[in-house]
Amino acid sequence: MSIDPLVELYETLRTSKLRTAVTAFSVAWGIFMLVILLGAGSGIENGAEHEFRDDATNSLWVYRGTTSLPFEGHKIGRNVQLTDDDYDAIQRNVTGVEHITGRFYLSGQFTVSYKGTVSSFDVRSCHPGHQFIENTIITSGRFINDLDLRDHRKVAVIGPVAVDRLFHKADPIGEWIDVHGTMYRVVGVFDDVGGEEEQSKIYIPITTAQMAYGGASQIHQIMFTIGDATVAESESAVLETKRLLAGRHHFNPADKRALFIRNNVDDFQRIVALFARIRAFIWIVGLGTIVAGIVGVSNIMLISVRERTKEIGIRKALGATPLRIITQILMESFVVTGTAGYLGLVAGLGALELVRAKVPPSDFFRDPEASFGVVVSATLVLVVSSLLAGYFPARLAARVNPIVALRAEG
Amino acid sequence: MIRVEKLNKSYHLGHHSLHVLRDVDLFVGEGELVAIMGSSGSGKSTLLNILGILDDYDSGAYTLADTLIRDLSERKAAIYRNQLIGFVFQSFNLLSFKTAAENVALPLIYQGVSRKKRDALALEYLDRVGLADWAMHLPSEMSGGQKQRVAIARALVTKPRVLLADEPTGALDSKTSDQIMDLLTEVNGDGVTVVVVTHEPDVAARTHRTIRVKDGIIEHDEGHP
Repeated sequence: MSIDPLVELYETLRTSKLRTAVTAFSVAWGIFMLVILLGAGSGIENGAEHEFRDDATNSLWVYRGTTSLPFEGHKIGRNVQLTDDDYDAIQRNVTGVEHITGRFYLSGQFTVSYKGTVSSFDVRSCHPGHQFIENTIITSGRFINDLDLRDHRKVAVIGPVAVDRLFHKADPIGEWIDVHGTMYRVVGVFDDVGGEEEQSKIYIPITTAQMAYGGASQIHQIMFTIGDATVAESESAVLETKRLLAGRHHFNPADKRALFIRNNVDDFQRIVALFARIRAFIWIVGLGTIVAGIVGVSNIMLISVRERTKEIGIRKALGATPLRIITQILMESFVVTGTAGYLGLVAGLGALELVRAKVPPSDFFRDPEASFGVVVSATLVLVVSSLLAGYFPARLAARVNPIVALRAEG
Repeated sequence: MIRVEKLNKSYHLGHHSLHVLRDVDLFVGEGELVAIMGSSGSGKSTLLNILGILDDYDSGAYTLADTLIRDLSERKAAIYRNQLIGFVFQSFNLLSFKTAAENVALPLIYQGVSRKKRDALALEYLDRVGLADWAMHLPSEMSGGQKQRVAIARALVTKPRVLLADEPTGALDSKTSDQIMDLLTEVNGDGVTVVVVTHEPDVAARTHRTIRVKDGIIEHDEGHP
């Protein structure tokens, strides 16, 4: 193929600068908006996913409640108490339990001191499995282990905030800290992606807490992960847990207030599904914008073909085949749409980069990005749209009757 | 060169049908210079369109340079037009945004001739019509006679067998008309068959033979002494 059609194309575009500019703008705008919308969508999605990063997305959280239905002669309004035995029962009986932990609540902030430095922290008591449920990362030392539980050891795992405040960044492993009058030995340091609040916790073994703060075998809350369970499997695990505990504590399994179980699998899947819908919506809006652009290009090209009827007639009389005419019009549309769309794409990506750099990440919006997939899809949309935009004008041009065209004055 | 036998052509306008050409027989030999005359509505334009493969016909046969021209695809018709026929129009039909040289080179683009060769050929043919110095000018900068000479150069650049001229002097004064007819005669002298459609007796008189068309039939066909 020679470059002649390109030369002709250049001449045509040169002779109608304004028309070309207006056409190009509508397409560039369409692609620009699509990229911005998809980027913003991914920003909102990343924000929501970030929210979930703190907790394992495959976990079930069991909280105590109060009975609201009479059952087996028991009155309503009975508080359901969870114990170590319930923890064991769930671990043994519920299908698919992977990591499990209980929490014995220690309410309020605890005064914690180390060699004269005093600060206050939340203290959380738990089982070793807690590490996997809160996505806690051990950066040095270890997390709470089974021996700690068995021996009611006074050990603590502290976060980066405590290391900062109490130890001024010195190595805290093996040091003793005073937690509300009791000495604990630091055995590990953790980090947590859940933000400052999670990073300033102090973890101690649940058995130690139960003993020290008069809890006997009481547990306030049990959480466990269930591997890569599907939503359906997670729901059946919820049901199993409810039936198991209903049997152990004599309440009606249908009682909605006796026990609360938060299903993160379900929640996470709901969010994932929600974002799939949002993404689909964005594509519809974006494609709508592009369709408007295509219609614009198509219209302007149609006018252009009509204006050039005589020219096309002359070309046909001189031996231009219909294919040649169609190629010329399609190439016109392709080059205009392609160039403009490319500029729109680059502008859109640039704008997203700017937002990334200037807007601080939050839980609602972070890291807007146009992934490789987005760029590829946008490019595909571009190519298809340019061919669509050229189709009707090209067909019109191919149908120009040279006799009629040449008869026209002008 | 041109052989037309029992050619019929009708136009259908709603329920009416207009029989434009009725059993037309026409023979134009190689190297002839022929005028076709007739008033408007006589069918001469339709005949020229059919001869130029711009229009098709209902029945009969049209043979151009030993090729039967009948029921051609648009693509085939375009190729034959490009290779066999040169067109000259009353209103010149040059592309306004192209220079004289580019206009002349246009039919060669559709033959896939290289740019270099096109430019050389375009200059050669512009020189032949005496406009070598005007190669880089746009049509808007030229007089009517000059434009028609550019158009003739464009018609000749593909070395066609037949030159079809539709009222080539219709938009020109008589002096310029004479010059154009001189040029067409010269072209004919080089062996190209030339068919001129005209309603000017002066123009017809400069050809070798006049064919008069009236009401869709050939009324009169005589050679000039």
